[in-house]
Amino acid sequence: MKMEMMGGIKMVAFIKNIGFPRFMMSLLLVVILVTAIFVGIPIGMVMTDLIQRVGMYGIIVLAMVPSIQSGTGPNFAVTIGIVLGLLAATTAIEFELVGTTAFIFAILMALPLSVIVGILYGKLLNACKGAEMTIATYTGFSIVQLMCIGWIILPFTSDIMRWPIGRGLKTTFTLEETFKHVLDNFLKFNIGNVEIPTGLLLFFFLACFLVYSFTQSKMGTAIQLGGMNNKFAVASGVNIDRGRIIANVISTYLGAVGIIVYSQSFGFIQLYTAPLMMAFPAVAAVLIGGATASRAKVSHVIIGVILFQGVLTSSMPVLNEIIPFGSVAEISRMVIQNGIILYALTKVDGGH
Amino acid sequence: MDNEYILQMKNITKSYYGNTVLKNVDLSIKPGEIHCLMGENGAGKSTLMNVLFGMNVIHSTGGFEGEIFFDGEKREIKSSFDAMNLGIGMVHQEFMLIPDYSITENIKLNREITKDNFVSRLFGPRLKTVEYAKMGRDARKALDKVDMNIDEWISVAGLPVGHMQFIEIAREIDKTGIKLLVFDEPTAVLTESEADNLLRIMRRLADTGIAILFITHRLDEVTQVSDNITVLRDGELVAKKKTSETTSREIAELMIGRKVEITGKEKRDVDRTKEPILELKDFKVKMPGEEVKGIDLKLYEGEILGIGGLAGLGKLGVANGIMGLYPTSGEIILRGEKITNPITKEMLEKKIAFVSEDRKAVGLVIDASIELNTVFTAMNINGEYLKDYKFFTLRDKKKIQERAEKMIRELDIRCTSSKQMVGSLSGGNQQKVCIARALTQNPEIILVSEPTRGIDIGAKKIVLDLLRKLNRDYNMTIIMTSSELNELRSIADRIAIVSEGKVAGILQPEDSDADFGLLMAGKSLDENGNDGGDQDGSIH
Repeated sequence: MKMEMMGGIKMVAFIKNIGFPRFMMSLLLVVILVTAIFVGIPIGMVMTDLIQRVGMYGIIVLAMVPSIQSGTGPNFAVTIGIVLGLLAATTAIEFELVGTTAFIFAILMALPLSVIVGILYGKLLNACKGAEMTIATYTGFSIVQLMCIGWIILPFTSDIMRWPIGRGLKTTFTLEETFKHVLDNFLKFNIGNVEIPTGLLLFFFLACFLVYSFTQSKMGTAIQLGGMNNKFAVASGVNIDRGRIIANVISTYLGAVGIIVYSQSFGFIQLYTAPLMMAFPAVAAVLIGGATASRAKVSHVIIGVILFQGVLTSSMPVLNEIIPFGSVAEISRMVIQNGIILYALTKVDGGH
Repeated sequence: MDNEYILQMKNITKSYYGNTVLKNVDLSIKPGEIHCLMGENGAGKSTLMNVLFGMNVIHSTGGFEGEIFFDGEKREIKSSFDAMNLGIGMVHQEFMLIPDYSITENIKLNREITKDNFVSRLFGPRLKTVEYAKMGRDARKALDKVDMNIDEWISVAGLPVGHMQFIEIAREIDKTGIKLLVFDEPTAVLTESEADNLLRIMRRLADTGIAILFITHRLDEVTQVSDNITVLRDGELVAKKKTSETTSREIAELMIGRKVEITGKEKRDVDRTKEPILELKDFKVKMPGEEVKGIDLKLYEGEILGIGGLAGLGKLGVANGIMGLYPTSGEIILRGEKITNPITKEMLEKKIAFVSEDRKAVGLVIDASIELNTVFTAMNINGEYLKDYKFFTLRDKKKIQERAEKMIRELDIRCTSSKQMVGSLSGGNQQKVCIARALTQNPEIILVSEPTRGIDIGAKKIVLDLLRKLNRDYNMTIIMTSSELNELRSIADRIAIVSEGKVAGILQPEDSDADFGLLMAGKSLDENGNDGGDQDGSIH
């Protein structure tokens, strides 16, 4: 009896320690994976899918860290960075670059764009302190809509991207001839029937390491403490507004790099309204990873993206197996994804 | 005999969590009397009023002991509604007015005059029609009583504070059957002429038979208007006097009066013939609630300058202003260099450290470790505790840990490790972390505000000893701002008393209680023909 009590207390302490959302999602993931084995889904395929998706989405999730740390909350406007990344990628294709060159060009090209737009966006956030998350959401939406016009009127000439007749770029086009899988195929190897996209994972972990290093730098520390208690930082001579701008420039750039990495892995570039809702899964992932609206670490990103994408990718084939009629699985996917997002958003812990 | 008094509070004792804040306090007021309740911050005035109004903070913490008689009968006041029904009113220090409502609506708030209509007969009294005309007439009457010839229908928003104060009073006297009116520091926000006006109206109200309980710390107002005085000190009743039989000097002494232990305090030689290390000239700080309205002050190298005074009168604004945390005007002369509009970063770079009075909001990052709290300012200002990799820098974890551990040892910070979050430390230990951060910055001047606020006695002594040690052994120049006069007198070399945003005078620690009391209560010493022992002639 006493032992059981002790066990109970330990269990509660354990859940408290890792956080309830993280615990719930881990539990869900385990349940789904076990079910997958029982209904006879090849686990190797699920793992391959999971690992690839972690690499694909990871950097966009990583973009949440600087903005949360600076006190502007999860970057719902990461779509700004995504749009800029798409602009850089299309420019690379327009210049008829292919393979690694195209990929590197896009990544470099996104930097100046992100700096300029990030500064403007940071200034906007500083002008409306206290309502950052709302402002971010609508700024993100607006930019995507604005670029819907942009994709039509920008003077691109590449036949890969243009509609065969009329003006403007296609909504979706393949990267087959340009930079599809340049990271995924780098040093790729198999463990059993699980495929490991080494380049993709290395790139993701490199980005994590760089962001982690930044949080350990003088400026990163100042931004972080400014986010936790801005009066304290002001009294220590920190320029809070500047820190918030820098953090959002970095976040925007990570969004841009994130979509380039995503696209090369996906094999297609999707324009127009495709980026509209991309911020939400990223925000949800970091929150599930253990972050709050005011605290985030790189470890939250890694844990969060694995749990979120893990549940999403593994639940699909399982549902297909259990409910094999038409679009039920697709509808379930929407329910699951949005359910997780909603659940994560309730864990934001309000404000600042 | 009981009928002689409108209110009698007998043997009121109240403690919060074992900490006694009121001990056997008596208070008796007759109808038509203006009775002053006096005491320093924390003497127990507010608690006594909370008891009188049956506030929740009293009942939710175990109630109080003692009896309250009102109008000759023993009463149980369980809520402010009970108090209101008995005829006790309060004019608040902070205005409780709704800005977008008219003066009439504010006066009649929650007591609107209503009549039945068709809907209210069906759906109940909440839907009755409000009779504006009648309300306006009542409001007019109440406003006339306080000499306000302002239109009763204009909205409260944008009115000067003086007007708002009078509207509050009008609201109270409009209540029928009001028998006792409590004024909680009503003159704090008023100009002199408005204050005079208010005192005149108080007298007039008293003459109509209403008893008035007047809480203030301005001695001249007390002697001018009141009939009787009750003085509280540290939760105890120290005196009940007739105003005509006492002097402001005596009252001041009673308010402060405690034995000051000046232990281990050898007089030190501070060279005040040299140029001051820091000088303020006509220095003004717009800090809300602690506004500094033009002070001149000199700080000499190697001294501990105390800044004392009552809460809300500007003493805290001085250090915050020097650090550039609030808008300032006037001049700071630091080591001969003239500074206007100080910028926080530059002041920190000029080797001034600041320990804020607001430990949790400004002094610390609650969710960060002792290590980070300790070194952050030094890291940000001096670029220390960093590893330089040419193109970027990273925190030097080893050095940071060493420094934090050194501070933990030297300041005796009780913690499990240097990585512990400061939020989980006790108040005293948090304060030590604040001081550790200031020291890590390696300053020459350190501004410490309210260093002992909210920490226990043992920790207080350690903090004060630490400040003294820094001053004696490392020749650090210190400005210590504190509400605890006793502490200032035990460690400071000179004490400037700030009142109404100005320096009321500079005293020596061993000067008499009465002098301190008079200065704190806004009287200058010259008026009393006493020069207060200001040996260095730097009264401004």
